[in-house]
This record gives sequence, C-alpha cells and structure tokens, in this order.
Amino acid sequence: MSHRLVLSTNHAVAYAVKSCDVDVIAAYPITPQTTVVEKLSEFVADGELDAEYIAVESEHTALSVVIGASALGARTFTATSSQGLALMHELLFIASTMRLPVVMSIANRSLNMPLNIHCDYQDMMASRDCGWVQIYVSSAQEAHDTIIQAYRLAERSDILVPVAVCYDGFVLSHTYEPVEIREKEEVLRFLPRFKRPNVLDLERPITMGVMALPDYAYEFKFQLIDALTKVPRALEEVDKNFEEEFGVSYGLYEEYKAQDADILLVTLGAIASTAKIAVDKLREEGVKVGLFRPRLYRPIPVDVWKEKLRSAKILAVVDRAISFGAIGGPLFTDIVSVFANESDRPLMMDFIAGIGGRDVTIKELMDIVRMSGKVLQKGRVEKACIYYGVRGVEYE
Amino acid sequence: MTAHIEARKKLKAYLSIGVLLKGLKIEGCMLIEVRWHGRGGQGAVTAAEILASAAALEGKWVQAFPSFGAERRGAPVQAYTRISEKLILDRSFIYEPDIVVVLDESLLNADRSNVLMGLKPNGKLVVNSSREPHVLANMLRFNGDVAAVDATSIAIEVLGVPIVNTAILGAVARIIDTPRKESIIEVMKKKFPPTVAEKNLKAFTIAYDRTIIGRL
Repeated sequence: MSHRLVLSTNHAVAYAVKSCDVDVIAAYPITPQTTVVEKLSEFVADGELDAEYIAVESEHTALSVVIGASALGARTFTATSSQGLALMHELLFIASTMRLPVVMSIANRSLNMPLNIHCDYQDMMASRDCGWVQIYVSSAQEAHDTIIQAYRLAERSDILVPVAVCYDGFVLSHTYEPVEIREKEEVLRFLPRFKRPNVLDLERPITMGVMALPDYAYEFKFQLIDALTKVPRALEEVDKNFEEEFGVSYGLYEEYKAQDADILLVTLGAIASTAKIAVDKLREEGVKVGLFRPRLYRPIPVDVWKEKLRSAKILAVVDRAISFGAIGGPLFTDIVSVFANESDRPLMMDFIAGIGGRDVTIKELMDIVRMSGKVLQKGRVEKACIYYGVRGVEYE
Repeated sequence: MTAHIEARKKLKAYLSIGVLLKGLKIEGCMLIEVRWHGRGGQGAVTAAEILASAAALEGKWVQAFPSFGAERRGAPVQAYTRISEKLILDRSFIYEPDIVVVLDESLLNADRSNVLMGLKPNGKLVVNSSREPHVLANMLRFNGDVAAVDATSIAIEVLGVPIVNTAILGAVARIIDTPRKESIIEVMKKKFPPTVAEKNLKAFTIAYDRTIIGRL
C-alpha cells in the first residue's frame, strides 16, 4: 500500500532509495551535500534500511567507494551537488566506462565563483559529456519515481550505464510537497534482484578497469556509445512497466499545449512547471504557445526531439546554465545540433535565466514568449542568445 | 487619519458583502500564499512545512519552501507556504502573499519593506508581539486584519528556549480557515518525539488562546 507524505524532494529521493533496498551508500556528509543522505543515514541507523552507509572524507571518495561496491555487484547510491559533483568529475567517467549501474541524485546548484549555494544546472552541465544517463525532473513525486526507474534502467543487461537524476537545488530539493511513497514490496516487484554477468567474484575471477592501449581503447569507449543509443527505447519500456505497476508514467519528455503551438518554450526541470502557468495565461490572450520539457537529456533522444520541436515556428529555449564561449546555453546548443542537417527547422532562440538561484517567475516566462513572438514576426533571429535579466544589458 | 477612516469604511463595506473574507477562504479562491519572516534558529522553515502538511491532511495540494541565504543563526530568513485545491505548478517565490507571518518583531524595523512587500490589501498579518493589533496596524500603516501574540514569552515559558514557530502557528491557526487547528495539532504530534510534541502543543494552544485579532 502506497501512502502520501509531505516531503522535500531530497527526502522523496531518500524514501525511493530505501524502497529500492540498496546495499551500499557512500556520501560526503557536509556542504554541498543535501538532506538526502542525512535521511538515508537515519534509515540505516534506525534499521529501516539494511545497507552499508559509508561516510567518507570527500565526494571523490564517495563515488570511488560506490564504484568499488558496484563492481562487486552491490546496488549502490550516492548523492551530491555543485562543487561536490565537480570533485567527482574524473570518477564520473570511470563509472560509465566501467559500465557500472550506479544511481546518483544531484540537487543542481551553481559552481564557484562567486560563492553561491543556489540553483542552476552548471554543475551537471559541466559534466554532461561523462557518459551517464541524465534525467531532469520537475517535481518531488517525479524525483521519487525516477530514482526507482533509474535502477531498473541502469541494471538492464543491455544498458549497464550509471544514471544521474537531476533536480533543481532549493527550488525542488528543499521544497516540501505531497508525495505518494512507493513501498518496498511494490518497488522490488518492479525492480527484482538480478545477477549481473560481470562482477568481481573470488570464485570466478575477472579483471575490471583494465588498461587498453591505442589498439583497443576506442572499442571500449564505443561499447558505451552503443549502450547509450539503446537508452531511449529502454527508458520507454521501463516507464511503461512502471505505469503498469504504479499507474503513473513520465515518458522521455513532457509536452503541454504544444500540438498547435507557433512558439514553443523548451526548458528542463522546475522552470517547466512554472512555465505551464505562463502558457495558460498567454493562451487566454490568444498567443499560440506551448511547452516542451525534455526529461531524458543524455543521451539525447534525437529523433524524438526533432519530431516534437519541428512543427513550431520558433523555439524559445530557457537555459539554466551557461556554456562559456559557446553560441548559447547547453540545452540550446544541443537543440541546434539536433537540427544540424535539417533544412526544415524552426527559428531558435536561447534565454539564459535562473543563474545562481535567481528566481524565474511566470511574468518573466511570459515576457520571454513575447520577445520570441516579436522575433517570429520579423522572421529572422538577429541575436540568438539573450542573457535574460542580467543587469547592464538591454535587449529590445 | 481621514484616509485611514475612509479605508476602514471601504473595507467594512467589502466585509459586509463577504468579498474580503472569501479571498482567504480556500473555497473562494484557488490559492492561499503565506510568507514567513523570521531569523535563523526561530523555526520559520519548520512552521511553513507544518502548515503545509496540515493542509495536505485535509486533501489540499501544498508547497512549503525556504529562501536561504547562507545559513546562519540570527540572519533574516524567509519561508513560504502555498495551499491550493489544485496541483501547484508555480515554483517561483511568493511576491503577493495573502498572509504574512512575522516571527521576530525586530524585523518590522530592520526589514520592514521586505516584510510588507506585496502583501495584498485584503491580506492578513500575524506578528509575534506583545503590542495590540491596532497599534501594530497603525505603526505599519496596514489596513487589514492583524493577529498579535507574544510568542517569545510563551516559547520561553513552555519550551525554555525562544524557538517561536509552534507558538506563532497558534496565532496563524486563529486567522486561517484551511488548515484547521486540529490538523496542525495532528501534524505536530507526528513530527516531534512525544515529550517535545507535548511541550510544543502546549505552546501552540496557549498562543492560540492568547492571540488578539484587530485592525486600524
């Protein structure tokens, strides 16, 4: 029997990890850590979760421990954000290229400098090429459910890729809202214990994390590329099975009033939630606007994005991260790349917003749509990337 | 002064046709937004969460979230609660609250512009203060209902520490229709260990009884 609690997204994640009955949790417990692992340490201490909880001296070690445990066949979890994720950077690649089904939650927060503890996606976006599956969620409930889906996806024998579940720091991580808790019995029905083919085992010794020189290194990497191409279809299947068990599904993306939209807002995570209200208000004014929220961000489900974004006349991308020196934010450059060889494509604009925890309001999102509408009327994009709301710069 | 009298007359007229109170009743409007102003260590964030949890017990959709600076004891802190009949999609801060709760009276001077910012004209103000509501209303030039209770004294008397969140919730329970007092009590019983819960419920109940509601 599921039951409903009012939880922060951090705690919603912790409850999901508990229901997934993980074996090993390793985490650095101090800032920029969140209350995810605090809650998990309580569960372990109270005997509600039979796991090894290993408090380590850095995020670098946290992921190292989890990698080791996962190589032994354990179901593992860690969590971090911001500088902590940056410190994990080299291990991110090791986990993915060793094909370990690690699951990690990330409360996305800004990277230094300036010192700032607040929300943006700079931490994960700086690691977007690390070979992990990356899913951005939009509510505490979705975070809870996506953790459960993440294990099912990561542990599939045709995938075996680590998964990062990303949610807006503070805006989601510290926000309390009602969450339907999936109980352990139901979750383990959906997520049965499985035996991985290649784990460290004294009875059946293998070598993991080998050295490969120019003759084979490329093929090792390509195995990961190949596994990632299977992720969109696999996640759809996982999502469908999840729906059969729990009655809820999320898909690879979410769209809202997008069918006939001339202007399509494209954004991740929490902003997409607020954006629905902006869409409703503008629809009342007769503006044909809709919303597309990618959920699976890596690997990019290229065909899906292409199909869903193509019919709009202009895309108004809202990026909560900066790609310094690039033509726009990370999400924008990804979307541009999806249309690289297409002659039939919408106009595209990028609005960088919500940096360092700056609030993104309904009014601002409406303003962004109106600015895009003006560009659409002109029929030509003069300035593709708008640093929206930044002081000292005026845009028409 | 005449302006105030005029305003009061207008408000009374609104009251008589039920518009003013309806604005704060969940049935009449889709959404109630509460903004909490306190100082680090007073428990504003917990209060925001308790109120939300209590409304959730009554089947409402809720949201409670803090606005942290760098966490430190004594610094001004804001927290927010949203209560709605519908799923809450707005994830931005609250700029036009229906209710403002002030856990620390010194913020009325130190942070006055922020405390009153955007408070709806027919909104309500809850203040931890030993002063009379009409005195506070006059001081703040606020035309709406003001609920006042000396939560600090109650907290020190009952809990032995100036953590005023559960006491101020007593005053909030007096002026808000949803959630009901009983739901807040139920949440507090679940949230705290028994001995802590008992003391906090005492602080809550005393504050509920001692709260004075008034206006200009």
